[in-house]
Amino acid sequence: MEIKTYNPRDWRSHPPYSFKDYGSSVKRGPLKKLLPLKQTLSEITGPLFSDIKLAPGENDLTRSADSGKEAMGERIIVVGRVLDEDDRPVPNTLIEIWQANAAGRYHHPVDQHNAPLDPNFSGAGRCVTNERGEYRYLTIKPGAYPWLNHSNAWRPAHIHLSFFGPAFVTRLVTQFFFPGDPLIPLDPIFNSVPTKAGRQRLMASYAHDVTEPEFALGYRFDVVLRGRQATPFEGPQ
Amino acid sequence: MSKETPSQTVGPFYSIGMTRQPMNLMASASTQGERICIEGQVLDGDGVPIPDVMVEIWQANGYGRYNHPDDKQEKPLDKSFTGWGRSGTDAKCFYRFETIKPGPVPGNDGAVQAPHINVVIFARGMLVHAFTRIYFADEPANGDDAVLNSVKNKARRKTLLAQRGERDGKIVYRFDIRLQGGGETVFFDM
Ligand SMILES: [Fe+2]
Repeated sequence: MEIKTYNPRDWRSHPPYSFKDYGSSVKRGPLKKLLPLKQTLSEITGPLFSDIKLAPGENDLTRSADSGKEAMGERIIVVGRVLDEDDRPVPNTLIEIWQANAAGRYHHPVDQHNAPLDPNFSGAGRCVTNERGEYRYLTIKPGAYPWLNHSNAWRPAHIHLSFFGPAFVTRLVTQFFFPGDPLIPLDPIFNSVPTKAGRQRLMASYAHDVTEPEFALGYRFDVVLRGRQATPFEGPQ
Repeated sequence: MSKETPSQTVGPFYSIGMTRQPMNLMASASTQGERICIEGQVLDGDGVPIPDVMVEIWQANGYGRYNHPDDKQEKPLDKSFTGWGRSGTDAKCFYRFETIKPGPVPGNDGAVQAPHINVVIFARGMLVHAFTRIYFADEPANGDDAVLNSVKNKARRKTLLAQRGERDGKIVYRFDIRLQGGGETVFFDM
């Protein structure tokens, strides 16, 4: 069986497993060299969720799904495109979203930060890219929150995103950050990305063309997943 | 050419976005194949089971076909089986899947791969996910599997084998994943 493989993981783009400034990473990643695996049918296929039906409102985190009441905080519109390394759109791909509320508190039993929970904000959402790889969702700008990694440690405001792409090997979970946040250069998780250019790719940009008058500010965050290796037999499109 | 977006950890609160609903019951009454449960713990470098870890799996159906357009084999698709599952952990730090044993799938160069399940691991503290595979210790085809045979150290090869057992009349495969240290699981760069 002839297969068209994906580009290797770009280790210049990703953090190492162990990054000592992020304490929890040190004991939780392989120390031995990863074993190279030549991609097979197992790696170039993957879950597509093509028959997934999102409930109305899954791409709107600003309202409680139960009561329809509005969450507190600054409404924002997040848009972006999911592309591969050759700038081809990744269409119809599922995106999972989770984040803290405007006060920097997660709706989660483990989060004991003494900041108010918002009964109208679950912090969870999902959306799917369109044929052009574009996504859009509405949410509340998350607050910064403290953590115990080091003394007076605060995570900059960020939103967690999970992507699948077309294959098992295109899976990606990341976080994006907001421009101008003074906590970003102090954040070991952000700083774990080995290059400045890579860290820059975790930054959303303010998008005035997305901002809606008298409603919400717009931000843009584009995402690049692993691309497919060109084959010599591929004809011109 | 654009560069990949860097990976970041799922953090401690991934369940909000990823495991609110159970996604680990992969086989329904009509799914074709041998029903199995796969479970285990993910251990850190001190051998301590990790609570805030998430395991995702991707597998072929009972005939050995993936539910994906790039799998162009003649084998039947099973409408009741997507082949994808996801599990957080229970109170004892066990992940668990109820699924079916996958059939053999083609490898490269005309070879056939032994039945296996593709695994990706995320956790608080993992800045990038890790890939591994689950093979079945009692499977005679393992001896000819190119990926298993690429693990030259036999003791390390064993880290990819799930051990078959039985509980309440059900087949349960145990597969622990050691992220580092003694008995570190083989992880792949793929
Ligand atoms: Fe977070």
